[in-house]
Amino acid sequence: MHPAPSVIVFTTLSGAGFGLLAFLALGLLPVYGVQAFLIWGLGYGLAVIGLLASTFHLGNPQRAWRAFTQWRTSWLSREGWAAVAALLLLAPVALAAIFGGGLPPFFGLVGAAFCLATVIATSMIYTQLKTVPRWNFWATPALFLAFAATGGAIMTGQALMAAVLCALLAVLMIAAFKLGDQRFGEVGASMGSATGLGSVGKVRVLAQPHTGPNYLMKEMIHVVGRKHAATLRRIAVTLAAILPGLMLLFMPPHPFVLAVIAAIHLMGAFAARWLFFAEAEHVVGLYYGQR
Amino acid sequence: MTALPPPSAKKLGLVIDLDTCVGCHACVTACKGWNDQGYGVPLSDQNAYGSEPSGTFLNRVHSYEVQPDQGPAQVINFPRSCLHCENAPCVTVCPTGASYKRAEDGIVLVNEDACIGCGLCAWACPYGARELDQAAGVMKKCTLCVDRIYNENLPEEDRQPACVRTCPAGARHFGDLGDPDSDVSKLVAERGGYDLMPEMDTKPVNKYLPPRPKGPEQQVDILAPLLDVKTTGFAGWLDRILEKI
Repeated sequence: MHPAPSVIVFTTLSGAGFGLLAFLALGLLPVYGVQAFLIWGLGYGLAVIGLLASTFHLGNPQRAWRAFTQWRTSWLSREGWAAVAALLLLAPVALAAIFGGGLPPFFGLVGAAFCLATVIATSMIYTQLKTVPRWNFWATPALFLAFAATGGAIMTGQALMAAVLCALLAVLMIAAFKLGDQRFGEVGASMGSATGLGSVGKVRVLAQPHTGPNYLMKEMIHVVGRKHAATLRRIAVTLAAILPGLMLLFMPPHPFVLAVIAAIHLMGAFAARWLFFAEAEHVVGLYYGQR
Repeated sequence: MTALPPPSAKKLGLVIDLDTCVGCHACVTACKGWNDQGYGVPLSDQNAYGSEPSGTFLNRVHSYEVQPDQGPAQVINFPRSCLHCENAPCVTVCPTGASYKRAEDGIVLVNEDACIGCGLCAWACPYGARELDQAAGVMKKCTLCVDRIYNENLPEEDRQPACVRTCPAGARHFGDLGDPDSDVSKLVAERGGYDLMPEMDTKPVNKYLPPRPKGPEQQVDILAPLLDVKTTGFAGWLDRILEKI
């Protein structure tokens, strides 16, 4: 799949943002006043920038409001609702932290639940696609949740919890890479089943239907950069999970240190998300004899 | 609404005969011609006369070589377009309700006024049936020429999809695949019509007819007798002399 910058920014930043907001909503970082303004502002900023980025790849963004109408069937629509609900429900919690004034923890709990729902809905947009076997299994929501939780724990300075989540994230990332490699074979789609000619004999492309590239090939048959996949996988796991985990364990949880750790983690998350798209193979490639 | 309607009794669709298709791309051209000026925005081209032209098409014709275990390889021309699936994944993923399946005849359509061009339906389709028009930013797909098949302003013989009407080989058939007594249903039953990528659980309405089995390869060299030339007369004398030297 084509790794469009807009969707990489969208899924990575909004994931980290909603993770941070969930941790803040649960009251894990008792901050007030200016500090609260800055950290809640960071959470809202990441989430909103991510959501705005998602509209950049639309053909007709002026109609984006229509995406709220089909929540009964569409994960993309549900994601929109969950995101808006989380941001609205957490506004009083954030304001209470900034300006003082107590709110029962129930408000934060509900907001955190919607943050969780948003991340799950985002992951399900990809997980639901049978056509992309690498995405279409449990590891996709698990990874999205682990990234959100790890980012949130780092940014709220929960050093020990964040280190444990980093370890979990590393295991999940490696599992997703290894199991994902086998997914296309497991689904069983082949040039033979795509054309139905497998029962006649071995199928190969004799002539492509068009001489230039088309939308399908640009969008779904992205082969550029896959040759560096193995290196990028190591970089992604190291930056997103291993290095932040070690730094959390062996460095003091000073805000500046945490900011550096968060930046390293996000770089790893971007690399991982780039791979998530670039390595994903769509079954339509079979018609072109390509994966 | 992007919920799928209950299965309709009427299932309009195409039956494509891979034994007969000659790969002339006339269906591609006829489709682009009709759909450029009828339903929805035109099918735009980008850089049409440049070094890397591309454009929106609702129908593409692939050519494959199929090598059986025994006998020579066969060339199969393979038109690919929307299969109007009963269990259409492109419909349920749509966040705006632009993508829908008609309850009355099963045709899958896009309401372009509601399409935001997110491209998720194209991702959900295993068959590459949907292409995002790069000029209008909305999703385009086969409409089964819904503006022809019910169009009473057209002569009756023209009330079928443009690709079917134009096919010079008679490789494309249009009809109601929900009616077991229709011509297309009978053809599918008779020729063993099949679904593409059944493992995707999309339940396509369109069916493909496999190439007919070929007989054993005939090793008759019709030129062989002509090559065994016996020379006579002066040429024969020259032939004998030259062989002795």
